[in-house]
Amino acid sequence: MKRILEFLSPLLHADAGADRVVPPSGFTVRLTVFTSAAMAFLTVFALALSLASGRLGQSWGDELARSSTIRISAPAGQMAAQTEAALKVLTQTPGVASARALSDEEQQALLEPWFGPGLPIDQLPVPQLIDISETAEGYDSDGLRLRLQAEAPGAVLDEHARWRKPLVAAAGRLKLLGWVSILLITATTGAMVTLAANASLAANAQVIEVLRLVGATDGYIASAFVRRYTLRVLVGAAVGTVAGFVAILLMPGGSDAGGFLTGLRFQGWHWLWPAVVPPLAAMVAFAATQAAARRVLGELA
Amino acid sequence: MIELDNVAYSYGGDALLNDISFSLAPGSFHFLTGPSGSGKTTFLKLCYGALLPTEGDVRIFDHSAKDMGRDAVAYARRRIGVVHQDCKFLDHLPLNENIALPLSVSGQATPDQFANLQELMSWVGLVGRGEALPPELSGGERQRAALARALIMSPDVILADEPTGNVDWEMSQRLLRLLVELNKMGKTVMIATHDMALIRAAKALVSARVLRISNNTLQSAGVDL
Repeated sequence: MKRILEFLSPLLHADAGADRVVPPSGFTVRLTVFTSAAMAFLTVFALALSLASGRLGQSWGDELARSSTIRISAPAGQMAAQTEAALKVLTQTPGVASARALSDEEQQALLEPWFGPGLPIDQLPVPQLIDISETAEGYDSDGLRLRLQAEAPGAVLDEHARWRKPLVAAAGRLKLLGWVSILLITATTGAMVTLAANASLAANAQVIEVLRLVGATDGYIASAFVRRYTLRVLVGAAVGTVAGFVAILLMPGGSDAGGFLTGLRFQGWHWLWPAVVPPLAAMVAFAATQAAARRVLGELA
Repeated sequence: MIELDNVAYSYGGDALLNDISFSLAPGSFHFLTGPSGSGKTTFLKLCYGALLPTEGDVRIFDHSAKDMGRDAVAYARRRIGVVHQDCKFLDHLPLNENIALPLSVSGQATPDQFANLQELMSWVGLVGRGEALPPELSGGERQRAALARALIMSPDVILADEPTGNVDWEMSQRLLRLLVELNKMGKTVMIATHDMALIRAAKALVSARVLRISNNTLQSAGVDL
């Protein structure tokens, strides 16, 4: 605990004198603040992307995990009979919780995004769809296919798994990519602060020499740089986070029609996540400057 | 207070100081002389822990310099006022803040101490110059400001490295009188200088010992002024 407090002392004990011993450097200040703001803005977007991907993957998994479809393509005269036969087979199949044929209206609604409203579905050779809900145990798909082949030759069983799995995997990868991006942004912020702090320490070698001559400890000298960079990054990250938050807020809300692209907004308590970004950036800046200061002061000893 | 025991110091393989033993007694006044490059500045840096000996031991206030961490050296420096020939300041801070810097870094910047600052500035003749920035000061003002900064913590020891190197004769006399006055107040003073005229001038003011660095070793000049 003592070590932690000692480590954090440059932040906990504000010393106006220590803050003033390092000469002001306007251009570097602006660059550090700008870079921190940009990094925080990107972090908010990466966070939104990652959370949205997670939600999407979960949604696809939940919705499609226990459902499948039978598509019946048959001449118009045989469509009703084959549908009837397929439904009969399904009611006798262990592992099928329920099965029902979609109405014309439901099929029309499914096709509407592609063909537009008012599609005369009864005049088109559209296959009949049967929606199947599975029990927790599931059914034997190979056995069901064989029976369907015998009873309703125009029926094709689609388990959804074929296209569901890669989609869920893609959503998982996208989520991972979002978190990796956040890690990279965090590391880049640390690298940027380290470079800026190193440059500042090197440029202020004479200041350090004077401070040492008058009895300043390494902790005192480091605190002058650490506080300065931590506060700069905190301010920059706060500005960037607010900008990112507003940008996410302005994104259209999620809808079935929009799908993934309109679902980037945070949902529920996830709106609190961006609040973590400025303190996280400040912590990274604090650790990076502290390490840089200790290293440079050791080299200058 | 400060003891050097068989100290040697080499730089880049060349011996600069060799087999030096010396003890700085409380209340003493020493001159350290020798030609340019003889190692006077190195000797002083060893005394205040800015350099570590390559052989032997330096004891600063009863602590071996080799065993002192950087923080311990920093604390020791608060008891040692150092004045350099090229007095360096923080150029972006006004003079009064520069002089008060030792108070700030030691966390002793109290209002009482700042009252002492005004008294000290008056004593070194810098009244009215507190708001000036260091680059605006003359050579003499910088030397007196460096002396004031060295004294603000009321140190036990004052080490001055060519304190009169950049000032005229009148100003060097004034600085000498200030250092003698400090010695009479009980401070231990050591001045490194190659200015023999300054040492002769001190004869009338103080009882001082003269040490000479010659052939890498410390010799007593054998003259009590």
